[in-house]
Amino acid sequence: MRRVGPFALFAALPLGGCQGWQSALDAHGPSARSLADMFWIFVAVLATVWVLTMITLLLALRRRRPADTDPLATDPQTERRMTITISVAIGLTLVTVVSLTGLSYAAQKVLFAHKGGALTLLVTGQQWWWEVTYEDPQPNRVFTTANEIHIPVGEPVLIKLESSDVIHSFWVPSLTGKMDAITGRQNLIQIQADRPGVYRGQCAEYCGLQHAHMGLLVIAESKEDFERWREHQISSAIPPNDDERQRGMEILLSKPCVMCHQIRGTDAGGKVAPDLTHVGSRRYIGAGTLETTRGNIAAWIVDPHGIKPGVNMPTIQLEPDEVQPLATYLEGLK
Amino acid sequence: MRWLLILSLAAFSLAACEREDREYRSNPVTAETNEKIALSPLSAGPGSPSEQRSGLGQQYEENAYHISQGQRLYTWFNCNGCHANGGGDSGPALMDDRWIYGGQIENIVQTIREGRPNGMPSFRGKIPDDQIWQIAAYIRSMGRNVPKPAAPSRRDDMSSVPAEQRRPPGEVIDGGQIPPSAQMPQ
Repeated sequence: MRRVGPFALFAALPLGGCQGWQSALDAHGPSARSLADMFWIFVAVLATVWVLTMITLLLALRRRRPADTDPLATDPQTERRMTITISVAIGLTLVTVVSLTGLSYAAQKVLFAHKGGALTLLVTGQQWWWEVTYEDPQPNRVFTTANEIHIPVGEPVLIKLESSDVIHSFWVPSLTGKMDAITGRQNLIQIQADRPGVYRGQCAEYCGLQHAHMGLLVIAESKEDFERWREHQISSAIPPNDDERQRGMEILLSKPCVMCHQIRGTDAGGKVAPDLTHVGSRRYIGAGTLETTRGNIAAWIVDPHGIKPGVNMPTIQLEPDEVQPLATYLEGLK
Repeated sequence: MRWLLILSLAAFSLAACEREDREYRSNPVTAETNEKIALSPLSAGPGSPSEQRSGLGQQYEENAYHISQGQRLYTWFNCNGCHANGGGDSGPALMDDRWIYGGQIENIVQTIREGRPNGMPSFRGKIPDDQIWQIAAYIRSMGRNVPKPAAPSRRDDMSSVPAEQRRPPGEVIDGGQIPPSAQMPQ
């Protein structure tokens, strides 16, 4: 017991990972729940099979058979008993395999059925961040953001998945299973959150150097909060309201930032990097790498490759006194 | 004795572990590299014009990572808006052997940074220095003026020409003509 105790404690440690904002076992949506249910059914059935097999094996090992005088002599009664035992075992195996296959098929039907909700998003995987476009029949209500998806709670949301460079995989474990984002192709997946909350997602297909730093957040909120958020995101960036922010904006517009980033309402119109119109309202920068604080924004601008080596954001030429206004301006883009 | 032989042979495979160096972090202190290059072999006084190259160009055009980053930036910064995929449009072709303003990587860097008459804008201060070098390295790979193993082997979208790596090695002829489409209307 003394030796087993610490070992069991240590083995129980990973159980701590079953809860939290990024766990397939902490399901908060219909498709994630059907996956979690299937997982537990598989675990139960396969654990039973394993335990039964081990018991049989141990019994067989413990029972000593008397040495046979003639190994070829057969006893009809033993033969019949063995035939029945083996037939039953094969039959049970078949039933188990067929029913688990059927179950898995039925669960996939639920998983990949998309009825199409009120909301359709286009999510494009990029090295190494997520571009999110909220579609709308009215073109002036379409807007683009990055790495943070807001959805109304309890409503199905259809996500169209595309990729601009290599294969990525969209995975928000608490809400749904994985779906690949493939270049030149559009895959569909539906997500739904039954409870308000923040759910973390992650690229689940190795896509290059910073694959591990390609996270996203799904924030499920009430219908009113969501509509308020959406109206705000549609609007242009808040104009700078003091001298420091004004200076920050001027610095940004005169630097290479504008070649890639867009800030709606200013002259910055690049479309190959995350949209910064409301970057201060997002919880993280660098695709879930750093919390959005003024200090982190400054650190990211000054040395992106120290934080995310190989990222496509370049190191730019900045004077020391330009960093502070620039970070203040970006942080203020709520 | 036999084991020693096998072990030493196995040790040879370690030589394959060395990978191409990728420099992600550019030096933020130097604003821009300053290469002294000549546009023409003619100069006043005796001798040819003096040139001074830092050797940085070679580092960029022999590095597959820099060339492929250049390929990505080429479309991101809309070079294909005028030069198409190297075949030329309102801007001159880049995959041929004619170079109006010199075809060495240092010349191309200067062309991108300074701009040229009749349409080529200056990207000074808009594209960081290391990215200009990457784009220039990619442009050198279009006419296959870079080593074959470093040239891109595929592109992400459809293309009517073979990938840079499969093109025959090119040469550089300085001087050339501005295509009629790029000339100012008379």
